[in-house]
Formats: sequence, structure tokens, C-alpha cells
Amino acid sequence: MVADRLRDIKSHYDVVIIGSGLAGLTAANCLAKCGRSVLLLEQHYNFGGMATWFHRKGGHIFDISLHGFPIGMIKSCRKYWTKEISDSIVQLKGIRFDNPQFQLQTTFDRQDFTRILVEEFGIESETVEAFFDAARGMDFYDDQSMTTRELFEKFFPGRSDVVRMLMEPIAYANGSTLDDPAISYGIVFSNFMSKGVYIFRGGTDKLIYMMRQELKANGVDVRKQVLVDRVVVEDGTVRGVMANDKFISCGAVLSNANLKTTIDKLVGHDQLSPEFVAQAKAVRLNNSSCQVFIGIREGETLDHIGDLLFTSVDPEFDSVRLCAKDVTSRTFSMYYPDTRPGSNRYAVVSSTNANWDDWAHLSEDDYQTEKKHLIETTIAALEKYIPDVRKKIDHVEAATPRTFYHYTHQAMGATFGTKFEGLQVSMDLPKQIHGLFHAGSVGIIMSGWLGAINYGVIVANEVDSLCHEDGKSEGRMAS
Amino acid sequence: MGDQRIKNIILEIIAIVAPDAEITDVKTDIRLRDQLDLDSMDFLDIVMELRKRYKIEIPKEEYPELATLDSCAAYLGPKLAGVAAT
Repeated sequence: MVADRLRDIKSHYDVVIIGSGLAGLTAANCLAKCGRSVLLLEQHYNFGGMATWFHRKGGHIFDISLHGFPIGMIKSCRKYWTKEISDSIVQLKGIRFDNPQFQLQTTFDRQDFTRILVEEFGIESETVEAFFDAARGMDFYDDQSMTTRELFEKFFPGRSDVVRMLMEPIAYANGSTLDDPAISYGIVFSNFMSKGVYIFRGGTDKLIYMMRQELKANGVDVRKQVLVDRVVVEDGTVRGVMANDKFISCGAVLSNANLKTTIDKLVGHDQLSPEFVAQAKAVRLNNSSCQVFIGIREGETLDHIGDLLFTSVDPEFDSVRLCAKDVTSRTFSMYYPDTRPGSNRYAVVSSTNANWDDWAHLSEDDYQTEKKHLIETTIAALEKYIPDVRKKIDHVEAATPRTFYHYTHQAMGATFGTKFEGLQVSMDLPKQIHGLFHAGSVGIIMSGWLGAINYGVIVANEVDSLCHEDGKSEGRMAS
Repeated sequence: MGDQRIKNIILEIIAIVAPDAEITDVKTDIRLRDQLDLDSMDFLDIVMELRKRYKIEIPKEEYPELATLDSCAAYLGPKLAGVAAT
């Protein structure tokens, strides 16, 4: 007998939110604080979407993402969540780069990047300042024809080493490439590489727990292991959702599912104009990821070798090579006991970008062999920084694009949502169907953790506005 | 609702959405974002808070009307005309 995950739900909600990624969670909290009745549905057994974690025998806890986010998260968490959550955000001070072009350590802020570019790379300080100012001045409404590659060529012609330092962290943060629009790079760069990298002290499990407590306090009805089958639309207007074979009535739906999943599966093309469907079809997904989770045996320790290590053995930065199955570039996120105060455990999470197609079609045997290879090469790469790490490892496992697809239902295991053209489609969805909204990782600008939270708020405002207008017209009808 | 009351309400809301903003000496004719380090998300929060408190809707294309305290008072005056100055 399957437990009824929808027991005692109300007959109607102002808003149903599909998916509990950071955008969905934050939108739910905002709308509840605006006085709306909100039902949040998550298909997985954890809330958080990609902001998630898992436990393994031997006392290991692994954070899947949230390995570093920009300073803006402090303000956004304080405004849209609680002071307690915001106060738990701490800076990671040891950010290292190690590749054939340079080895350096940085505090990851404008001042330190300027120092490095001037003193170690020999760039004129005026050029560095002009680059930072140009990036900061970029706006979503600017011309999108210039690519990131062209932006770098304009300021640092022929300097692949400079490109590497300025690009590698952004590629890991949101999957962007040198061929994406310069504005999307500029906006994310200005947010991310300006005042340091931050992390949530206590781990993702604690963050999501605190968010759930806050949602409960604000009256959000949260349900997990509920898979929404489709959004019910009549006469171009949202009526509710079908989930676990039940119809749930609502005035608005906010989908925090992948944009493609929302349009292709949850809504269906017959509800949308052919032009919009064509526009949505043309949206490209971002790449996926591979990760290796390494748990250190209880009682063993690791020296402090930095918090976040951008490593590569590639001669130069290359967006295509960065995703290749034959991995040459990795980010190591080091977890020392102070990440989770009270714990005595060490862990390392290696993250690399990856292509869905390289992993999706392997036979089961080949898939297992490739995973073993990924684990083995990752440990070998880590030995460069921690020579005796192998004998301290108690648990190791790998995640691939298939793993991300399995747990998040993101189309093609996309770990960074869609390319920039997804943003327009996401924003235009409410014009197609009255009461239907989308918030999620779209368009690079609205990706990464800060983008996710803020986009959740931006869309929550639209939903609240619709609830306000619909409430007024219902009032008129009643009178 | 009088102009002064509207300006005070905006300052009250800013104090909530941007707790670090120094709101004791705000010039009424200078752009708020130039004086208080407010970003576009802060303005969105002001719009949401006004909707919640006074049931008024500010369309996206009219957000620039909230640029200064003076323009806030001029723009919101008619919208808040029927609202008691509580």
C-alpha cells in the first residue's frame, strides 16, 4: 500500500508550485508571505532540487552542489528567507587555480583579481579596470550579438591565460561557453567574481531543513514524492494539476520543472500557439555534469589545501574539452569539518561539466566501466594535491548525467537549465496560458543559486499580481 | 493620503526590504537607487509590499515612477486616494 502523499489537501489553492528547487522554494515562501494559499509539490524524497545532499554508510554526507555562490546570496536569503539562514553564509577564502598556464591562490574578489592581472599577468591596470567596468555595466537589454570570446579578445587579445582565469569558474558555475552572449557572461561575472565565494555553513541538509521550517511557519503546504503528471488547462486558463492520479484545483501554477519538461510534458503543445512551440523547441539545454564523491574514513584528516580548486591539465581553456568524457578539467570542493560544525568528517567532491550524449546511450556494462574509470582518474588527479589520499578513502562513488536525470527529471540531465534564449520563453509562457508561470534555471543570467532565488521572487511577484487581479474580477462577479 | 505620508510609507518599506539602508537623510528629489544602493530586486520588493499592504497594482512599465520620493508621492497619490492613512 502506497502512502497517500496528498492526504488532507485542500480543495483549492491560489497557487500550486511544481518542483522545490531554490526558485520554487523561494517563490513558495514569497507567495505565502503575500497571503496566498500555496501547495508545493516535489517528486523526489528530498526538497531542494539540485540543492541537495545524500548520506552514505560510515557517517558520510555529500553536498551535490552549493559548492560556492556569490555574495548576493546573503542579501537574498535575508530578504526572502530568514536572518538565521543568511547569517549561516560564510566566505571560502582559499580559491586555487592549477593548470599548465598558471598556479595561483585568490580571495576571488575584484581587488585580488586586479592585483593578479596586473602583477602576475602583466596587464595594464587601466585595461583591467575597464574590463571590470564594462562587465558590470552590462544589462539584459543590451545588444546580444557580441560573444564572450569577442569580449575577451577586445580587452585581452591573445591572452588565453587571462581568459582561462576569468572564464573557468563561470563555466563551472553555469555551463556557459565562449560562444554565449557577452552580456550573460558580464552579468554573472560581476555577481560572482567580485566579492568572494560563499557557502552555507551547516551543509545543504541544514539549509533545506531551515527553509522547510520557514515554509511551514508561513503556512505553505509542502508535499514530497508527488509527481505532477500534467497541468490542467481549459479555454486557455489554468484550472489545476493532476498529480498522483488526483486533480488539485488552483488559480495559478508555477512550474519550477525544467523549461522543456514544462512545455513538452506538463502542458503539451496542443495548448500553445505553433509560434511559441517553435520558439520553445529552439531553446538549447545547457550541458550536464559528472561528479565524484569521496568520503574520508573517520579518524583520518586532510591538510588544508584550499577550499575550491580549479584544476586542469589542458594546455588552454576550451569550452568543448571542458565537457569531454575524457576528463582533463576538474573542480575539487574540499569539505573540512568546519563546513558542518560538530562533525569530524572530511570529504572531497569533484565536479566536471559533461555531455548527456556521451553517457546516455552506453550499455549497462560500459556505463559501469566508464564510471569506474571516472572514479579512478579523479582519485589519481587528487593525489597531486593530497599524495596519500587513496589510503584514507572510505567511500567513493560517481554521478553522471544519467544520475542527474534520474533524480531531478531534468531533460538530458541538464544541471544548468537552458541557454540564454530560454529566459524569453520562460517569461512569455504566462501570455500563452492564463495562470501558468515558469521559474527555473534559464538563460544563464537566471541560473546559478543567486539567479535561481531571485528569478523565483521575480516570478512570484507576477503570480501575486495575477492573484490580485483575478481576486478583483471574482469580487466583481460576486457583487 | 498626503504626499508626506506616502513618502514616509516608502521609507518604512525600504527599511524592511533593505535593512542596511541609511534612511534618515534621504533627499526627496534624488533617485533612491543613487542614494541608498538599492538594486532592481529591492524595487520589486517595494512593489510587492505596496500590493500586499494597499492592494494596489503597479505595472512593470511604470516601475520608473518610483525613482524618487517626490515621484513616488506624485504617482502613488491617486492610487492611494481611497486608502486611509493608517
